[in-house]
Amino acid sequence: MNDMRKIERDVHMTDLKIKARGVNVHYGETHAIKDVDVDIVDKTVTAFIGPSGCGKSTFLRCLNRMNDTISICRVTGQIEIDGRDINDRAVDPVQLRAQVGMVFQKPNPFPKSIYDNIAYGPRIHGLTKSKAELDEIVEKSLRRGAIWDEVKDRLNDSGTSLSGGQQQRLCIARAIATQPEVLLMDEPCSALDPIATAQVEELIDELRRDYSVVIVTHSMQQAARVSQKTAFFHLGHLVEFNNTGEIFTNPQDSRTESYITGRIG
Amino acid sequence: MTDTTNAAGAPRGQSAADLVAASLKRRHRKQVWLQAIGIGAISIAFTMLFILVMSLVSTGWQAFTQTHVTLDVYVDPAEVPVERLPRGGFADVAGASLGAMLPDVDMTDRATARSVRNILSNGAQFHLRDLVVADPGLIGRTVTIKVPVSDPFDQLNKGLIDRDTPNEFRRVKNNEIAWFDALQDQGAISKPFNWALFTNADSRFPELAGLKGALVGSFWALLVCFLIAFPLGIGAAIYLEEFAPKNKISDLIEVNINNLAAVPSVVFGLLALAVFIGWFGLPRSAPFVGGLALALMTMPTIIIATRAALKAVPPSIREAALGLGASRQQVVFQHVLPLAMPGILTGTIIGLAQALGETAPLLLIGMNAFITSAASSPFDSATALPTQIFIWADSPERGFVSRTSAAILVLLGFLVMMNGIAIYLRQKFERKW
Repeated sequence: MNDMRKIERDVHMTDLKIKARGVNVHYGETHAIKDVDVDIVDKTVTAFIGPSGCGKSTFLRCLNRMNDTISICRVTGQIEIDGRDINDRAVDPVQLRAQVGMVFQKPNPFPKSIYDNIAYGPRIHGLTKSKAELDEIVEKSLRRGAIWDEVKDRLNDSGTSLSGGQQQRLCIARAIATQPEVLLMDEPCSALDPIATAQVEELIDELRRDYSVVIVTHSMQQAARVSQKTAFFHLGHLVEFNNTGEIFTNPQDSRTESYITGRIG
Repeated sequence: MTDTTNAAGAPRGQSAADLVAASLKRRHRKQVWLQAIGIGAISIAFTMLFILVMSLVSTGWQAFTQTHVTLDVYVDPAEVPVERLPRGGFADVAGASLGAMLPDVDMTDRATARSVRNILSNGAQFHLRDLVVADPGLIGRTVTIKVPVSDPFDQLNKGLIDRDTPNEFRRVKNNEIAWFDALQDQGAISKPFNWALFTNADSRFPELAGLKGALVGSFWALLVCFLIAFPLGIGAAIYLEEFAPKNKISDLIEVNINNLAAVPSVVFGLLALAVFIGWFGLPRSAPFVGGLALALMTMPTIIIATRAALKAVPPSIREAALGLGASRQQVVFQHVLPLAMPGILTGTIIGLAQALGETAPLLLIGMNAFITSAASSPFDSATALPTQIFIWADSPERGFVSRTSAAILVLLGFLVMMNGIAIYLRQKFERKW
């Protein structure tokens, strides 16, 4: 923990982006998330940490209703994005997911060309009117994904031909291409080597300027490096949620302290 | 770990390493046995296959050639008057010219003349007729024709009739052998490739019988089968796999589809007979009805193959698309289905190959009829390859023995080709995730 990179901890914007109240998730008989309240601030990186099976990924997937795809999963409680209840019947999950992008644990590019990977989202949502516009979005997204220089000469190669780290940055670029407001990242670096991890972390810090980023991570160092806010989950409870500096230097709950000092998890 | 096992089970004084060493021999022996059994099984299977193919080839290869005789026929205007065309004594003029080539033959004797004419296939006169009808100017002139000889002489030429058999037991008598040898000495006999096997439909005469009717019938039946089973099978599989709620009803449907795949094909034939012919009044012996019966049979295979292929598409691809805001329909049609297509096509081709070889349902709907012209639509009467084999295997003429084997070889050829395409597709589109 001593080699923790010092990054700016101040949260400039305090606009509330996501407000969750009393969220409960059941997987069949299992009660996976218990009464979680979280406020996620815009243009901030919020990290969810906690031991395996604590529900941090499950909670993340509530934020873009990816849990809808699991038939035995039941979500209750209130989750508002910009003041609108996302579980409301009037909200189409398709629209929600265009607004809330997601990057998965394992890089999962489509087995299509790099160009088509990025262009897919804008195409299905009809974000562009011309090929030139689409080209522009693709280039912009790849640049924001910090992978443009590596792939600009081979946009027609398959996305799966890239290395793991490149694939993950491609997936981030793909998520950005639909111009979301929130970016969810489910352990985005767990399948990457340290160099690729560093690149992705740099990218996450970069993305904070425009997006509200929520990242689930196993690595406390990573949470400390990239996030301004940290939430510690344990056994389905949100134990502690505070500024990252506070969590790591002055945890209020004994369980948080045990976890960050390596006694549980 | 070793301590606990040792404490639990091993006699005192023996270490885990000793126990492992002691069991090694037994374990290796088991492995050697397993390998030997596997190699044995494969050898037996290959031997059987080899015997099957060799026996087919050894009898069937003769059917790929056909003995022909080349004749200079004088189209006698007295026998073939131009005003009576297309009727005329074509058999007589052909017989007369054949008789002229043979020594010591009295063509005025009616019995002898008939025997001489019997050397020629029944199709020879029609071949000549077609030439003359197409060009009546040939009347009064001499035309050279090459026509098949009748089956007994074909058998004789191929050595399938033993010349040492006593005359009274032999199909071809001594004088006829002498005639044939005389023709052979004159260089009139040839044995070219038997194109008629592929260009003629069925016939009572082996030398004229071909597979065209069966090939066309099988083609129509498979086309109907594909057009019905492929979209329905894929549609059902996509719904069951991607959209249907997982509950008791979908479980029941799944079990029943798997059961349907195991239903004997003759049952589908009975169903087709009762429903399609009995109720709907569709024509008997029609490849359309055959295709419907085969589609019933093939559909479960396609559904099962498609579901397996859809299942094999990694969930990460679905999540990626869903996470970008694709609707479920877009996920299925833009990502999952294209990735599953090679598997689906492989399953479909294997299902169709199975349908191509299927006989029982076709027998029940009358596709084993004797039909001498190829079907021009799926509603015409026709046979199919397996039923044609069934008909020929049942025929008493010697010539059908080798033709049956040849037809089986043709059928096997198609099956190997279809499975080859399936393997090629699988190899070509196989993906590493």
